[in-house]
This record gives sequence, structure tokens and C-alpha cells, in this order.
Amino acid sequence: MSTDTLFRRITDYANRPDPYPLYAELREHGVARQEDGAFLVGTYDEITALLHDPRVSSDVRNRDDAEELLAGEDPAAPRSFIALDDPEHDRLRRLAMRRFGPPHTPGRIDALRQDITAIAEDLARGLGEKQHIDIVDDFAFPLPVAVICRLLGVPGEDVPQVHEWADAVVAGLDFSPEEEPAERRRTALQARQAMGVYLGELARTRRERPTGDLLSQLANEDGPDGRLTDGELMSTATLLLIAGHETTVNLITNGVLTLGRHPEALQRLCDDPELMPRAVEELLRFEPPVQFLPQRTPLADIEVAGVTVPKGAPLILVLASGNRDPLRFPEPDRFRPDREDNQHLGFGSGVHSCFGAPLARLETQIALTVLLRRLGSWRLLADPPEYRRSPVLRGPRHLPVERGGGVS
Amino acid sequence: MSFDLKDGRIVIVGASLAGLRAAETLREKGFTGSLTLVGEEPELPYDRPPLSKAVLLGRAGAEDCGLPGRRSLDAHWRLGVRATGLDPEARRLLLADGEQLPYDRLLIATGTRARPWPNPEEAALDGVLTLRTSQDAARLARLLDARPHRVLVVGAGFTGSEIASACRERGLDVTVVERGRAPLIGALGGTVGAWAIRLQRAHGVDLRCGVTVTALLGRNGRLSGAELSDGSRIDAEVAVVCLGAVRNTEWLADSGLAAGPRGVACDAGCRVFTMYGIVTDDVFVAGDVARFPHPLFEYQLIALEHWGNAIAQAEVAAHNMVSPGPRRRPHLAVPSFWSSQFGLNIKSVGVPTFSDQVILAQGSPGERRLVAVYGYRGRITAAVTVDRAKWLEHYRHLIETAAPFPPGPGAADHLAGQEPVPSDVPDPRVLSHGPTVALTGHLPDWRLTLLRPAG
Ligand SMILES: Cc1cc2nc3c(=O)[nH]c(=O)nc-3n(C[C@H](O)[C@H](O)[C@H](O)COP(=O)(O)OP(=O)(O)OC[C@H]3O[C@@H](n4cnc5c(N)ncnc54)[C@H](O)[C@@H]3O)c2cc1C
Ligand code: HEM
Repeated sequence: MSTDTLFRRITDYANRPDPYPLYAELREHGVARQEDGAFLVGTYDEITALLHDPRVSSDVRNRDDAEELLAGEDPAAPRSFIALDDPEHDRLRRLAMRRFGPPHTPGRIDALRQDITAIAEDLARGLGEKQHIDIVDDFAFPLPVAVICRLLGVPGEDVPQVHEWADAVVAGLDFSPEEEPAERRRTALQARQAMGVYLGELARTRRERPTGDLLSQLANEDGPDGRLTDGELMSTATLLLIAGHETTVNLITNGVLTLGRHPEALQRLCDDPELMPRAVEELLRFEPPVQFLPQRTPLADIEVAGVTVPKGAPLILVLASGNRDPLRFPEPDRFRPDREDNQHLGFGSGVHSCFGAPLARLETQIALTVLLRRLGSWRLLADPPEYRRSPVLRGPRHLPVERGGGVS
Repeated sequence: MSFDLKDGRIVIVGASLAGLRAAETLREKGFTGSLTLVGEEPELPYDRPPLSKAVLLGRAGAEDCGLPGRRSLDAHWRLGVRATGLDPEARRLLLADGEQLPYDRLLIATGTRARPWPNPEEAALDGVLTLRTSQDAARLARLLDARPHRVLVVGAGFTGSEIASACRERGLDVTVVERGRAPLIGALGGTVGAWAIRLQRAHGVDLRCGVTVTALLGRNGRLSGAELSDGSRIDAEVAVVCLGAVRNTEWLADSGLAAGPRGVACDAGCRVFTMYGIVTDDVFVAGDVARFPHPLFEYQLIALEHWGNAIAQAEVAAHNMVSPGPRRRPHLAVPSFWSSQFGLNIKSVGVPTFSDQVILAQGSPGERRLVAVYGYRGRITAAVTVDRAKWLEHYRHLIETAAPFPPGPGAADHLAGQEPVPSDVPDPRVLSHGPTVALTGHLPDWRLTLLRPAG
């Protein structure tokens, strides 16, 4: 088939359960220009180089078709740093990082270990003796929002509301080219705004009366980069809430799915829980929750593997394909939980590489450890499971498993 | 053959960063024979970069900088004793205490020492010191704790600039005297040098460029001040002499190896040459003391005083010491270096002195962020970032792929209206501190040819 329809085929819902052969086709061709003028890149070295390239923008306002893309958005509204370039990106990310991790706050994530374990144990206890379990609804879905709310300091009674908004925002990303996305987008936009307003108000309260959580600290930050404006604070807090939501759900769920498909690996992990951190890295390579980055745009004509990608064209970096590049990973299509030298692209790479990676890692390691211990022996009830629509944040909508009869 | 290589006697001379990393790598690669590390300093291996940074700020003790061991070494440590000679034919290392150590393979990792103040009487004054070892750093930290009225730093290379920065951070008055036109100019050229002048002055350093210290003055055996070549005088209670480094090669003078003031020459696999340019197969070298050919820099023999290079080269040398010919690896890492001073993080990739032009590509010098890109004959050979290390990977890639200079348009946060200018890397001889990156062999910059003595 012609490679200029590759993107259409990748986004086709029919291919959601197994897009990997399409990625192999993409790698064969290096850089594939699509019928609509977008460029797909799927090889590890090229993706990594582009993710480090200062001429590659994350700000879609640099797209030739920016006007169309941004229809309905308030152009004056502050953008979150995932969608900004240097130097604004750098300043906002640095300000947020001051209170999130090293060098200024090195212990923050580790301090959450107990909280996360408690939340995961709580959810796992809720499974009781149930015979049939939906890993998504019963376990993976509630966990990340609970954790990020704890980190930010969202009061317990507000968590369900925040969860609802986060779902709507994520559903807005859950596009498929066939459908008319306007309605979904409108709902998402409203949810994002409502969440922003809520977080903004919460931050104002925290500015007067700090409570030691991340939001209080961001609101009162007075470092060398100055303070976040109210608007920046809102967009940053919203970003933190959304970015780590469905991604982490999918990683946990993909973990259970993959282990269900690889009984020997599951057995090894049950025997040797110390292997979990490396198994999670391999999961991020093998079934990454973010399959591709659809938002990049070159700021000048740039050459990628002999192909010129023109300024302003949509540039789509297929992380999940880079993760299976045989030039980088030996036996790329094998799930090897003890893989060495595993510098996968699951968290992206370069200047926008995942801000929440330490948290996501810890959360997933704990979640899978607790879950495997609580499940006892189990097996998958549906393989492949029903997937969500999104080809970007790819993951099962439900993952039914049955206790008994399987491994461990 | 390959069995033999994993056994036998290996001796490493110089028990610091390169020596330790090589020893660890040897064991990692399965070397089971006897391993001896000979080191002149009495301490176990320690890290030097903090000595001019955290230690001077009181954030770490000079004795707390020990290098963490990555694995148990099962090695004989001969610390506090100097190697004084080598008999390559009999394969024996001579030690200062008269002992002779037989070896099958030898690694030279004797690094460098601080270039001393040329006048020994003045150098002996109380309050005058250099900074290379942890003992030096402990002494300097004590002197700074006593809050001297003024510190004099002689030479504004990286070490001198970092010391000046520490002094200012501690609220001490400091005068920096540099023979060249700007701080850091020897390593980074005139453009970044000009920026460094503004940086130091903005932080209250009394910076005097184009001037030399002609005499250190004493009273009752204590330093009291200095006389400068412009006729001025300053009072100072502490003087730190930062005139660059001297390679520790004297002990090899009669060995027949290609060892001299510029270092110990080796091939791309870290095997040392004899003075006739014939490569040996049992003597290897790594770290600050090595001169090695690098393909990206036209196979000139380069010597680098870089932490990262010491590690990378030690690993390659160790690998090659226990691997048969076809398995040996070249040392091809793109050089990189960092420094922290005045609250900024300065990093470089490539060799900035290997350049004829430079352009300020990204950032905003006024706001303390900067990316300078260096080119030589139309290709990119180096980049220096100030608080923008995140872009280095990109420029490393451009250097490795010999991308055209100047870099194309379109970079985020690019500096508008910039044109390439001569990189202005001076002849090392006009500097009072040695350049941190010494390109031995011919220097590409045309200014060097201007300095040739006229007919
Ligand atoms: C103050 C300071 C700050 C620095 N900061 C940075 C920085 O920020 N970034 C960076 O990239 N690099 C920095 N460096 C450079 C870095 O520390 C060196 O590149 C590194 O130490 C080189 O390691 P080496 O093992 O090759 O040599 P060295 O560390 O010099 O070790 C050589 C050892 O050999 C011993 N020796 C010498 N002769 C003999 C002999 N004849 N017999 C036995 N033993 C002998 C010496 O006593 C010494 O212990 C800094 C250096 C100093 C001094
Ligand atoms: C398994 C879970 C996760 C995965 C797979 C994941 C993946 C990614 C990827 C691929 C990117 C790069 C986006 C780009 O380059 O455009 C990214 C960015 C980001 N992630 Fe995550 N993420 C996860 C969890 C989290 C969590 C828990 C948080 C919040 C605490 C978070 C916050 C962010 C932020 C703020 C960015 C933007 C960084 C920037 O633009 O500088 N992520 N993530």
C-alpha cells in the first residue's frame, strides 16, 4: 500500500489493537509524507534528533494551518508549557520543577511512596473476592487522579469533580479522523476552562493560607525566575492534572495486558518483585501509552533522513515505532522485562521529555506490584480487549480478567 | 590469546579519576589477574570539580569528595608513593621508595598538576597557593573562612573564574588579574570572553585584563599584596595562582616513550607511542595526561583536561588492555566540559579552540542565557551553552555529522541579527593560564599565523 495513507491507516480504529506492523512499514520508508502534507517519522535516531532540535516547535501556532486548528480558543489565554517553545517553555517548566524534583526539591516524589501505596492498596482491597474484574474501571482509572490530587493538594471532596473534568478533557483528545470533532472539542474546552477556574481559585486560597502541597508552593514561589502569574498557574496546574491522567491509566492497564500475554514474564515478576522497575521501563518501550507526538512543526525547512520537511508542516513523531526500531533495540518485538540499555521513547526525549516521569514510574511500579500480589492467579478474558478511540493515547477501554486458572 | 589478556599483571600509575575508572572497567571486563594502583597522593581517589565549587562555598568538606567506587576492585593500592621511572624493556615500574614493580601491561594516568608561581620565594609566602588537590582546597577554604580583606586570583581560566565566583558569593572582595583580553578567552574565544567580562564585573569582581602580576609582595613571610604590570598595586591577603596545568610526564623522561610537556602521545586506542612514533602494545594512557588523535579534529593530537574525557578514555583504554586486536575500540567521544560560576551553568561540546568563526545562535546574553556555536572552515566544531545545556545534544549531533557552519535559521529563542565573527582564539602563549583545551599541532585560527615572528 502507498505510504501516503499510513497515517490514515494508523489512526483507523480497526488497527488499534495492533498498529505495530504499520510502524514497521513506516520505518522501512524512513520519513513518510502523507496525503494531507503531514510528515511521519518512525525511526529511533531521527525521532531523537528531532526531539532535541531547537528548530522543531511544540507550539501549533507555528503551523501553516494554525488558524483552523485553534478555532474557538481564546488566543490570549495562557498556554501550558507542553505547547510552548524556548524561552517561555523553559521558564515555566523550571518554575514548576523547582517544587517537583531535583535539584531544589529532590525528595518530593519519594515522599509520596506511602501515599501511593495506601491509595493502591485501598483500590486493591476494594476488589474484594470479586471473580471478574475490570482492570481499568476497578483499579487503574481511579489511581492517577487520586495521586495527582494528593500531590497538588486538591481537597478530597473535590476529587470526583476534578476527575470528571479530566475525563472530558482527555476525551477531547480521543479523536478519530472519521468523526466530526467539534462537539467533543467544545465539551473538552469547557471542562478545561472549568478546571482552570477551579484550580485558580484554589491557588488564590493557598496563596493566603499555604498548606505545604505543590499548588501552595507554586502559588507562593519566589525564586530567581519570579512568580507564576494567575493565568500561568492555572494552565500549569491543569497541565499537571491532565498530562498524567490517562497516560498512567494506560501504562498500568497495558502492563496487565502484556503480562497476561506473557505468562513466563508474569511468573518472573511474581517471583522477583525487584525486577519491577525494569519491567516498567520495558513496558514503556513495548506498549507506550503515548504512541506518537502529533503537535510538532519545523520552524524552518529541515532535512530528516534525506527528506526535506517544510517549515510549518505538521510533523508527527511516532514514538511507539522508534521503540521498536531494530537498529536501536535488539529483538524489538520481544517483551523482555530485564532488557538492558533501554533508553526508550515512552516519555519522549529532549526538552519536552515527560516532566512527571519519576512520578509515573513510581506509581506504575507500586500499582502493578500491589495488584499482582492481590490478584493471585488470573487470566485475560478478552484478547485483544476493546480499545479507546484515540490512536495517540492508546489503551484498552476495559480490560476484563478472571481470577483463578491463570498463572501465579 | 584472549585468555591471557584477562590474566597477568596490570599496573596503573596515577590513582585518581582515570586510574580508578580504568581499574573498575578492567574488572568489569573480566580481568582476573593482579591489579596495582600507584598514586602519589595519600588519599583514595577523589573528585576534583567540587574543589573549586562546593568546597569553597562551605557546602562540602574537601575530604568529602571521595569518588564512589562502582565495584570492589581486589587491587593492591600503593598510595603516597611516586613512580620515578619506567623500564619498558624489562617491564618494570620504578617507585620513589626504591621498589620495582613488574607488569605485563601498564596504564599511565598521572594527570596534571597546577603550574606553580614562577618565583619560588614569592610562591612560598603564607597566603599564596594553587588549587589542584583536596589538600589545596582544604587550605583555600580555611583561608576564605578567615574572611580576608581581598583575594587575588592570578589567571582567569575556568578554575580562576570559579574561585572568583566563590569569593563573591561569600561576600569577599576579589581581584582577578588576567594577561589575556578576557576571562575564559583561551578556552572559549573572544566572543564568550567579552560576555564573561560583563558577567564578572556585574558580580562585583575587580577584573583586570591585559595586565600581569609582576611580583607578589610579602611582609614577615606573609603575602601582603601584588604589583601589576600597569604599575598599580593591590593589597591582598590571599593569592590563588591559576596559571593552568603542567602534565605529569617528567618521570617518563628516560623511558623512550613519546612523553613530554604536552602529554603522552597515543593512538586512537590509547596505546602509547615511543619517541620514534612506533606504537607500543603494553603501555596505555588515559585522562588529562594523554594526547590522542581525534577524527573530528583532523586527527590532530588533542589533550583535554575534562572530567568526562578522563572517564571515557579510561574505559576505552581498559577495554583495549584486555581485548584482542580486532575487538579493540577507538576513543571517539566528542569532548564535553562544564563549569559553574556566578550562578550559571556553562557547558561545551566539541573543541571551541578548533575554530575560525563563532556565532551567537540562541539565547539572550543580557538575560544570562546563551548558545554560541563555533565553526571551522564551514563546519560546526563546537558549541558553548550558558544555562541552556538542554540544546547541547543537538549541537553534539551537528558536530558529529560535520554539519555546515553557520547553523541554519529557525532555532527557538534565536538571537536575531547575529553574524559569524572570528572566533578569536588566541595563541596560548599570550595567556597567563594554560588553555583548558589545548590543540597541539597547528592551530586553525589565522591569528596564530599573525603571531609568527616576522622574518
Ligand atoms: C579545581 C578543579 C576543578 C575542575 N572542574 C572541572 C569541571 O567543572 N568540569 C570538568 O570537566 N573538569 C574539571 N576539572 C578537571 C578534572 O578534574 C580532570 O579532568 C580530572 O581530574 C582528570 O583525571 P585524571 O585521573 O586524568 O588526572 P588527575 O586527576 O590529575 O590525577 C592524576 C593522579 O596521578 C598522580 N600522579 C601524578 N604523577 C604521579 C607519579 N609519578 N606517580 C604516582 N602518581 C602520580 C597524581 O597525584 C594524581 O592523583 C577540574 C579540575 C580541578 C583541579
Ligand atoms: C505513564 C505515564 C506517562 C507517560 C507515558 C507520559 C508521557 C509523556 C510524553 C511522551 C511526553 C512528551 C510530550 C511532548 O514531547 O510533546 C510527556 C510530557 C509531559 N508529561 Fe508525561 N507522561 C506520563 C505521566 C505523567 C505524569 C504523572 C505527569 C504529571 C505529574 C506528567 C506530566 C507531563 C508534563 C507536564 C509534560 C510536558 C513536559 C514539557 O513540555 O516540558 N506526565 N509525557
